[in-house]
Amino acid sequence: MKELTFPFDNSYIIKNKKKIKKALLNNNSVRIKKKIAVLCGSTANDIVSALELFLLDYGIEPDFYISEYNKYWEDAVFGNPEFEDFQPDIIIIHTTSRNITEFPESFSESKDSVNQKINSQFEKFCQMWEKLERFKCPVIQNNFETPLLRPTGNADFWEVHGKTFFINSLNMKLAEYAQAHENFYINDINYLASCFGLEKWHDSSYWYMYKYAMSLNAVPEVAYSLACIIKSIYGKNKKLIALDLDNTLWGGVIGDDGQEGIEIGHETAEAEAFEEFQRSIKDYKKFGVLLGVCSKNDESNALLGLNHPETVLTPDDFVSIKANWNPKDQNLMEMSSELSLLPESFVFIDDNPAECHIVESQISGISTINFTAVQEASYKLSRSGFFELTKLSSDDLKRNDMYIANAKRESQKKSFADYSEYLLSLDMNAVIEDFKPVYLQRITQLTNKSNQFNLTTKRYSDTDMQKVFESDRYIRLYGRLSDRFGDNGIVSVVIGEKNNDNLSIDLWLMSCRVLKREMEYAMLDTLVSECKKQNIRTITGYYFKTPKNNMVSELYKDFGFDLVKKFENGDSVWKLDISDYKNLNHAIKINESECISNG
Amino acid sequence: MDKKNVNERLNKVFRDVFDDDSITVNDSTTSADIEDWDSIEHITLIDAVEHEFKMRFKMKEVSGMKNVGEMISIILERGK
Repeated sequence: MKELTFPFDNSYIIKNKKKIKKALLNNNSVRIKKKIAVLCGSTANDIVSALELFLLDYGIEPDFYISEYNKYWEDAVFGNPEFEDFQPDIIIIHTTSRNITEFPESFSESKDSVNQKINSQFEKFCQMWEKLERFKCPVIQNNFETPLLRPTGNADFWEVHGKTFFINSLNMKLAEYAQAHENFYINDINYLASCFGLEKWHDSSYWYMYKYAMSLNAVPEVAYSLACIIKSIYGKNKKLIALDLDNTLWGGVIGDDGQEGIEIGHETAEAEAFEEFQRSIKDYKKFGVLLGVCSKNDESNALLGLNHPETVLTPDDFVSIKANWNPKDQNLMEMSSELSLLPESFVFIDDNPAECHIVESQISGISTINFTAVQEASYKLSRSGFFELTKLSSDDLKRNDMYIANAKRESQKKSFADYSEYLLSLDMNAVIEDFKPVYLQRITQLTNKSNQFNLTTKRYSDTDMQKVFESDRYIRLYGRLSDRFGDNGIVSVVIGEKNNDNLSIDLWLMSCRVLKREMEYAMLDTLVSECKKQNIRTITGYYFKTPKNNMVSELYKDFGFDLVKKFENGDSVWKLDISDYKNLNHAIKINESECISNG
Repeated sequence: MDKKNVNERLNKVFRDVFDDDSITVNDSTTSADIEDWDSIEHITLIDAVEHEFKMRFKMKEVSGMKNVGEMISIILERGK
C-alpha cells in the first residue's frame, strides 16, 4: 500500500490508522498468522497499532500480547500465565534509554566502577533474553538511542561518565550478543532517532503525559523498522533489483552519447553520483541480492555502457540483461520466468516515473523506485526494508553464482536435441536423506520462503521444526542437488506423518531453480523406499491451492497417485499404493557421490 | 479563522481519527459521546488536532479539557 511505503507520512498514518486497517483487511490478501508478544518499557499501544498496519501490508496477520506498562522484565523473567499461554511466535522487547536504571553518579567514579555499571545493565537484559529462550522463538530487542542532553557537551561522547558513552558501550554489547545468538535481532532505534532528528524524537512531553519514550510522530518509524525485521524472518524479502540503464546507472543516453559521452566515474559531479550509486547497488550483491538490467536500448549499446572503463557494475554482475525495445513489464515477466522467481520478488529502479508506473500497474506485487537525483534512489532502497537481513546463509552468498550457473545450463540446453540427453549431460548428483541438525535452519527458511512449488504451503517456525526433527512419527527428507555447473544447495524438503501403514504428506516443496531436473522424482523414489523400510503401504498427498502454487496442482497425478477427492476451492487429496512402485528418476544419481557430502 | 471554520476542520479530524463519517461535534461533545474515544485514542486525537492547526496543547490542557468547546477556544487562541 502506497501510504505504508517509505517515505511515508507519519502523521497521516497515525491519524488514519483505522481507515488504513479497514482498507488492508478488505483487499483479500492471503496472510500468514503470527502471534507477537510485545514486552514494553514504555507505552507501546500506538506502536502495536502501527505495527499491525505494516505487517498486514506485508502479508502477516498479527495477534498481539502486550505486557503491562513497564513490566517487560518481570514478564520475561518470572512469566505470567497469560503470557505463557499466548505461546508467541515472536517477542519484541520495546525498551529505550528511558529504561536504563543506573548511570554514573559522580565524576569521582573510577572507570572500573562505570564499567561495572555498564555490565550490570547489560546482564539484566541478558538474564531476560536467556529466560525468554523457553519460548524458542525469535526475539527482537531495541538498542538504546542517543540522549538529547549532554551536560558536558562533546565530552559526553568520550568521557567515561558521559551518558552518550554509557549508551554507546551498552549498544556495542548488544551487537556482540546478537552476533553470537541465532534468533536474536536488534531493532536499531538509535539509527531511527538520528534519522528522525533527536530534537523531534525526544519530545519529552509525550513521556511526561503518556509514558511514550519518543514523540508520537516517531512511532510509525519504530513500527516500520520492526515490521521489516519480522517480514524478513518469515522470508518475505525481495530477491532481485532490476535496473534501468540510461540516467539510472550512468548519466546520459548511451545510444546517443556513445561510450565516451556517458557520465560515470570521477570527471564530473554527475559522474561521481552515478559511480557511487553503482557502488551502493553492488553492496546488495555482496549478501546475495540478484541484479538484473531492464532497459530500452540495443543490447550492443547496453553492453558498451556496462564495459565503460570507469563502470563499477559490469555485465558479469547481472544474472539477466534485458536490453531491447519491448515494454519493460514484458521484459521483467520474462526475466522472472527465466529465473523461476516470482515477479513480486523484484524491485525495479528507473528514473522515468512513467516506466515505474506501467511496471507497477502491470505486475502485481512488484515494487519500483523512482527518483529525481540518483542518490535519492540509494536512500529509498536502503530504507525500503526490501532486503532487510536477518539470516545470512551460505546459500545466500552463493546465490549469484548459482543463477549464473543456471544461465549456463540454459545455454547448454539449446545444444541438445533430446531433453533427457541434456539432463544426463548435467551429471547430477543428489544427497537425499533424513534431516541433520546443521541443515534445520535452512530447511525452516525454505518452508517460509517457497510459494510456487509447495503443495501445502505449511510454514514452520524453528520450534515447530525442532519438534518434527525430534519426533519418530515423521519421515523427513531433505534433498541437495549438485551438477557439473555447481552445487544448488538444499533444494527440496518433504515431511510425512506416519499413521499405521499410511504416510500423510504434510509438506512437499522444492526450490524453483531446479525445476524440470527430475529432482521431484528423485525425492519420491527415496521417499517410497524409506516408506517400504518402515512398513508403510500407502502415501496420501494433499494439494492446498494458493494464488501462487498452481504449477503443482497436478503433481501427484504426474507422480501416479490416484485422485481421492477434489474440493470446490481447488484443493485435492491423492493416494498412492506403493507395493509395485517403479522408480521415476533416471537422470540423477542419489547418495552416490563422495564429493557432495562435504559441503 | 473563526469559530465556524475551526468547528468544521475539527469535525473532519474527528471523522478521520475515529473513521466515522456520522460524527458531528459541538461545544458540549465529550469522550462519553464517541464510542472509540478512550485514553489511547485521545493521544491520537490530540496529535491529529495539533497537526491540523499547527499548534501544541500545553500538558495541563491535554488532561484538563472538559469538552470540545474548550478545545475550540484554545485553538482559536493559538491555532493557525
